[in-house]
Amino acid sequence: MIPVLLILVPLLSGLLLFFVKDEKAIKSFALLSSIITLIVVVSALCLNQANQLSFSAAWLPTLGSRFSIALDGMGKMLALLTAISFPVVFIATSNNSYKNTSAFYALMLLTQAGLMGVFIATDALLFYFFWELALIPVYFLCSIWGGEKRIAVTFKFFIYTFIGSLLMLAGILYLYFKSPDASFAIKSLTGLHLAAGEQNVLFWLFFIAFAIKMPVFPFHTWQPDAYEQAPTAATMILSGVMVKMGIFAVIRWLLPLFPEAATKYANVVIVLSIVGMIYASLIAIKQDDIKRLIAYSSIAHIGLMCAAIFAHNTIGLEGVMIQMFNHGINVIGLWIVANTIEQQLGTRKFSELGGLAQKAPTLAILLVIMALANIALPLTNAFVGEFLMFNGLFQYNVWMAAVAGISIVLAAVYTLNMIQKIFYGKTVAITENAVDANSSVRWVLIVLVIVVLVLGVFPQPIINLTKDTVNAIAAIH
Amino acid sequence: MNAIIFSALCGVVMMFSGILIKNTTTIKNIAIVALLVLIAANILNTYGIFSIQVDVTNMLRFQTFGLYFNTVVFVATLIYFILSGSDIENVGINVAEYFALIFFVLCGVSILSSFNNTLMLFLGIEILSIPLYILTGTDKKNLKSNEASLKYFLMGCFSTGILLMGITLLYGVTGSFAIESATGTSGTAAMANSGILLPVGLLFIFIAMSFKVSAAPFHFWTPDVYDGSPSVFTSFMATIVKAAGFIAFIRVFETRISELGASAKIIIPLVIICTLLIGNITAVFQQSVKRMLAYSSIAQAGFMLFALYSYNDISKEGILLYSIAYSFATIGIFAILIKMKDYTFEGFNGLAKKQPVLAAANTVFLLSLAGIPLTAGFFAKYYMLLSAIKANGQSALWLVVIAVLFAAVSVYYYFKVIQAMYFKEGEAETFEIKGSFKFAVAILAAIIILIGIFPSLALNWLYF
Repeated sequence: MIPVLLILVPLLSGLLLFFVKDEKAIKSFALLSSIITLIVVVSALCLNQANQLSFSAAWLPTLGSRFSIALDGMGKMLALLTAISFPVVFIATSNNSYKNTSAFYALMLLTQAGLMGVFIATDALLFYFFWELALIPVYFLCSIWGGEKRIAVTFKFFIYTFIGSLLMLAGILYLYFKSPDASFAIKSLTGLHLAAGEQNVLFWLFFIAFAIKMPVFPFHTWQPDAYEQAPTAATMILSGVMVKMGIFAVIRWLLPLFPEAATKYANVVIVLSIVGMIYASLIAIKQDDIKRLIAYSSIAHIGLMCAAIFAHNTIGLEGVMIQMFNHGINVIGLWIVANTIEQQLGTRKFSELGGLAQKAPTLAILLVIMALANIALPLTNAFVGEFLMFNGLFQYNVWMAAVAGISIVLAAVYTLNMIQKIFYGKTVAITENAVDANSSVRWVLIVLVIVVLVLGVFPQPIINLTKDTVNAIAAIH
Repeated sequence: MNAIIFSALCGVVMMFSGILIKNTTTIKNIAIVALLVLIAANILNTYGIFSIQVDVTNMLRFQTFGLYFNTVVFVATLIYFILSGSDIENVGINVAEYFALIFFVLCGVSILSSFNNTLMLFLGIEILSIPLYILTGTDKKNLKSNEASLKYFLMGCFSTGILLMGITLLYGVTGSFAIESATGTSGTAAMANSGILLPVGLLFIFIAMSFKVSAAPFHFWTPDVYDGSPSVFTSFMATIVKAAGFIAFIRVFETRISELGASAKIIIPLVIICTLLIGNITAVFQQSVKRMLAYSSIAQAGFMLFALYSYNDISKEGILLYSIAYSFATIGIFAILIKMKDYTFEGFNGLAKKQPVLAAANTVFLLSLAGIPLTAGFFAKYYMLLSAIKANGQSALWLVVIAVLFAAVSVYYYFKVIQAMYFKEGEAETFEIKGSFKFAVAILAAIIILIGIFPSLALNWLYF
């Protein structure tokens, strides 16, 4: 029952929200709904029995597809990430004003329903359904409330992702036919043990879909523009949670279904990821716009996670699990600061800012901690994740790990450069009249910073939470 | 048999009501009532409760699949009458004749869903097509409509001639007009001695049927005819007639596909790819939504051709589901298109602000045509792709991948309309829209979403 609630609560509140008119009521209702989802997830974390955490109902008997959803370790962690992100985003952007507020918040909640569905589906057709469904509200969100070039950019994003998912659909259809009992359930599909030739083709069909989502070089061209043009609240969800859809899908669907192909093409994928990491970091150094810089930095971080998955060892995989959660938290924190700066000062360019720390000291402190988390400094949560991932990559291939390690240095370059340009130095005309962040933003950032530091010192809870998934994947190899 | 007789009778009733009744709204209502009677008669026939028995000497065969397809077509026509009936009244002065012609088209459809004999195939195609030639040219003052009608007539007659040639060759080889391939020794011996006659005859029939369903490279009449005819009748042609054409197409080749020769395995995928390519790529460059829908109907035909590629139970369910999804969505879109004053993409700018219900329903129809999950169109495309893989396994995978890539292309031009409605500023000029119209399109959109979540709702009737 609990997994059903995870989808139903945001879905129903999203649909209801279309009809609420009062702006304050809309924001409080949306916040309340996301907090209820959070409570459901937290209660799911306390439960351990399988039958309480899974749900299966007949849906398309003639097609062999059931509406079956289940929460395992990784699913719980990502559900937790989703459930935490939405209240955080709502509180942090509560001062943003949108025309047609009810539609905006309704579409955000519908996105949450779709995202939850992706993370808990155990039936391939249902997974595909939710994968697409998470995309539609985002398309409308970005196209109506986005920046100047939003229509063309979001269209490109949509078609790009749609092509990927259609390729995945072709793969799913093929697997369906190979399955002995004509079903889409993940258990029957993973028991298939396909021939090498089939695995190779299917691996690429699926991987291209996930690579577009993550994104991995060379399928990343939609991302910086889309993140820049989207309304910041949507960008927080896009980079905080939606990219995890891609990584999650690789771990949940790609590795168990095509183990031999995953080993065979591991080198190709890791090289692509590392190229993406270095390339994105170099471009990030050249950026002047906060949003674009965070977008490129995101490509770099995700590239590392993708590389670590294909290193095929337990340590790397544990690192990926932790980093999925950590990156979500960190990047949302960065976006909150970007949003605050944009709302207050009206510009996102470093060249036009400076000396903000003198006027907004609290914001500066909190941002610096988040930025250090972005660089993966020890004591922050990202350090644990990156350390484990590099460890895994190192065990796989020393040279690849060494090249990937350059990206840490580059991350330090662009992040510290950004902080220095925005916060330190002399104040300029725009920042002369800046005030410190308001209390809601401040408290949200404090909570996030606490999470960053606590997980940086004591990451064991997340490792324990996702242990069963890691063991299951390790058992395949 | 009910459907054939009743539809012809309804056509005659409509003709005479034109003499006796002058009020066009009354004529439209009579048409709707007649259609309801027709639907009831067909359903009674399906369940064997009340069937007019005529000795058809095995030329017609009434099975559940064909009769259920009749019901689907008649229900789609009913939706069409409800949504666009008042627009039919506005086409010209001979309103009753238009309805009569539509009923005669339905008679042709009923024959095509139950034929068992190539002569009946010819009869059905002609009864289907001739009223359409007339309907295309009903906008008498418009040069484009006249041109479309003449073009359709000439090319249609030409293709029917090829059909007859193919039927003649088939008769010459097999000695009978039967559709099904003979299994006796005399039959196969005759066929073995005939050399090239049999494949050529079947190829001619294939070409003629491809013309009727506007499969490439026999699609060239479609854009001009669809664009030139009054939009109300384009709506009818693009959906119901095409679906009926496909049912006839797969019925003809059900047992004879192997007799086309080894080249059948090359010809059919080639036709599918050509159709998808031409339909999708040319639709991308259109400036007028009506013409874009005409080209997109060619692309949709490409997907329906998968039923020819794979003959199994999934493809039969699939073609039925595709007919339902495609007809409902296209009838809906055309119903809204007819209300717009400007048929270009810019004419839709800002529709979401002026008519939110219409824009939302239009979005559902466009998403269904594009094949987005949660709409009936997704499961329709899905069934067709599934049937292909079931038929041919790994060698079908490349065809499926090409088809899904073209489906992604189709998203581009369908979403251009959504973008114009929601994201661009403009004054979307519409004719007067009644509340009942908005209610009807909303119900239609809800049905499409319902079938998109539970496709068994539509398909279970096949097995009852």
